[in-house]
Amino acid sequence: MTALAIKGGHLLDPAAGVDGLKDILLKDGHVAEIAGPGKLKQANGAEVLDATGLTVAPGLVDIHVHLREPGQGYKETIATGTAAAAAGGFTAVAAMPNTRPVNDSPEITRWMQAPERGACVRVFPIGAATRGSKGEAINDYAALKSAGAVAVTDDGSPILKDNIMRETLAAAARVGLSVIQHAEDTRLTQGASMNAGPTAFRLGLRGMPPEAESGLVERDIRLVSELRDARVHLHVAHTSTGAAVAAVRQARRNGLHVTCEVTPHHFLLTEEHVGMFDTHAKMNPPLRATADRDAMIEAILDGVVDAIATDHAPHAVHEKEVEFESAPNGITGLETALGLSLRWLHKEWKMPMGRVLSLLSAQPAALLGLKGRGTLAVGSFADVVIFDPKAEWTYRARETRSKSRNTPFDGWSMQGRVRWTISEGRVAYTNPA
Amino acid sequence: MLSAGDLSLEEISHILNRATSLENEDPLKRDRILLKRKIALLFYESSTRTRTSFELAAKALGADTTLVSSLSSSIEKGESLKDTGLTLRALGAEAIILRHNSSGAPWLLEAETRLPVVNAGDGMHEHPTQALLDLRTMLTHLRPGTTTVDAETLAGVTVTIVGDIMHSRVARSNMMLLPRLGARVILCGSKELLPEVAGRAGPGISLERDFDAALHHSDVVMMLRIQAERLAGLQLDLEQYKANYQLTGPRLANHAPKALVMHPGPIIRGMEVTAGVADGVQSVILEQVKNGVAIRMAVVERALTTGGAA
Repeated sequence: MTALAIKGGHLLDPAAGVDGLKDILLKDGHVAEIAGPGKLKQANGAEVLDATGLTVAPGLVDIHVHLREPGQGYKETIATGTAAAAAGGFTAVAAMPNTRPVNDSPEITRWMQAPERGACVRVFPIGAATRGSKGEAINDYAALKSAGAVAVTDDGSPILKDNIMRETLAAAARVGLSVIQHAEDTRLTQGASMNAGPTAFRLGLRGMPPEAESGLVERDIRLVSELRDARVHLHVAHTSTGAAVAAVRQARRNGLHVTCEVTPHHFLLTEEHVGMFDTHAKMNPPLRATADRDAMIEAILDGVVDAIATDHAPHAVHEKEVEFESAPNGITGLETALGLSLRWLHKEWKMPMGRVLSLLSAQPAALLGLKGRGTLAVGSFADVVIFDPKAEWTYRARETRSKSRNTPFDGWSMQGRVRWTISEGRVAYTNPA
Repeated sequence: MLSAGDLSLEEISHILNRATSLENEDPLKRDRILLKRKIALLFYESSTRTRTSFELAAKALGADTTLVSSLSSSIEKGESLKDTGLTLRALGAEAIILRHNSSGAPWLLEAETRLPVVNAGDGMHEHPTQALLDLRTMLTHLRPGTTTVDAETLAGVTVTIVGDIMHSRVARSNMMLLPRLGARVILCGSKELLPEVAGRAGPGISLERDFDAALHHSDVVMMLRIQAERLAGLQLDLEQYKANYQLTGPRLANHAPKALVMHPGPIIRGMEVTAGVADGVQSVILEQVKNGVAIRMAVVERALTTGGAA
């Protein structure tokens, strides 16, 4: 395999504690050498990539995407979804199991990772926690794990029954898998299509109360604490309410292994963005009140949040061009996460760039146990994002690599332009200035 | 016209004035105003008053109308609102009057067809022509002769809306409209049908759970039907409901002997109002229906002559 020397760039690898001008040599899909500018010793014959003026960082890791295959290739395929990921600087994505059929088997888990899928970056399937994600019978987690699953979840069909959730947490812990919960007590959200509150009332829409999220998070944390098993790991997907984040914060103080992620839309947008029934502002969990949005920002800045994840949820144009209540939940996010995070968390709210990148790479990789990802230490996978940290640009949904363009961020300004995304040593995306 | 909240006071005055002019116009002259213009009535929910009065209003101005309802069209076969709208446009419709069971549907239809859309009721959201005809009815009795309104026109007037506010688009449109003319709106009902959050929907709106106390302050009492079709599994104790919120003859005589009694219909006699109250001297329910035709003439005319903006 050819070697690639990235020269002249500013290496920012928070997990390895590196923040400075470094050259880096990629060989056989791994990081072979890191040295000061012009000091690489093994770079003879390597192809050279000039990264002068650019930031070189570990490829981003998104632990919450919907790639829609198998079964809904008209929305997205693994090939198009990972192309969008690469364009956004991501080199690893964890794919949710709400496919058709549901990914509750080793066969589907392997199928998703097969070379025939044409993935541009590494796909880590997440297996369904229960058969068909129906919340009744738990799956064979050992078999899912050996097929490549990195976690289990029933995602949009959260596990409501206490005994099933307890069994899921215990069984997953025995094989070393995390349990991801989309925390929504669906008994409180029947027929609802946005956040409960004055806006929903004014628009004549049924609302999802914040308690539907925080109540289930609190229930799950109680189950984790009752299990008294240090191997149990609960990860709360896309937290959107102040109460849910507060529950996670308290669980951590109590020494429990409970983590959480926040999406860019939940730290940037509020329920007001629904406007006059804009279906690109319809997702689950819904956009919340300003106080909840502010709580997400605070939790990210103070370190309670372990990862920024996109919940990339592509839908075809015709599916979103319908009555608000009938429209499917979700927006795309892979191409906008870095640009929005740098524009807002870094530039606006002064979070150090290394911490922003850590939330987008090292921390999510660590929380799902993705070894050799999220860092560029020698021996790690050659997963690299090279971006211009100062470049400001405008996102255009029509130029997306995804099959879908259901985003509320069309026309938003972004900071940090991805120039190259390298997945295991291969250039997966390039956009030279 | 999609929302009562979108209309400026000038636009409201224009509609009220035109309603009066058109009502008094010689029918043989009036029917040239929109002669042979094509208007589609697209109804996803059943309707007696609204549909008939829009149809009579459009025809009184000379327009051709066609009715498409969800039960006798390709909507039953799964055609989307967008495609149904584009089909009506291709057939020559110049405006669409839409009644839909989903909140926000008129915004979608207008965006996709670029035709003037008149909202004839969308889900639990709005019913702006109902609010306008309710306003006309109130003005007739409380401010006789007034057709030009301002922010003080209804100063000192308290309108109590009673019953199933949660599911009522009539309540929401009136809440958006009346306070802008200076009226005070009291929302009255049980917790299941009137969430606390309603009181924060806008200025000039307050909550009162005690019907008798609310009636005591009321110049107008607007009764609403319990919308059984939108209860979504909610179980109500109807006997308890009637005890607390039914408008009866004695209740009216004791607490609001001069108030106007209004109801957007359909009335369920013996439930939210007794037959005696519905037919009584304080009731203006049939006047509301009659005003519907005048208001809708003005609204349809406006939709086809100004491009329907706002």
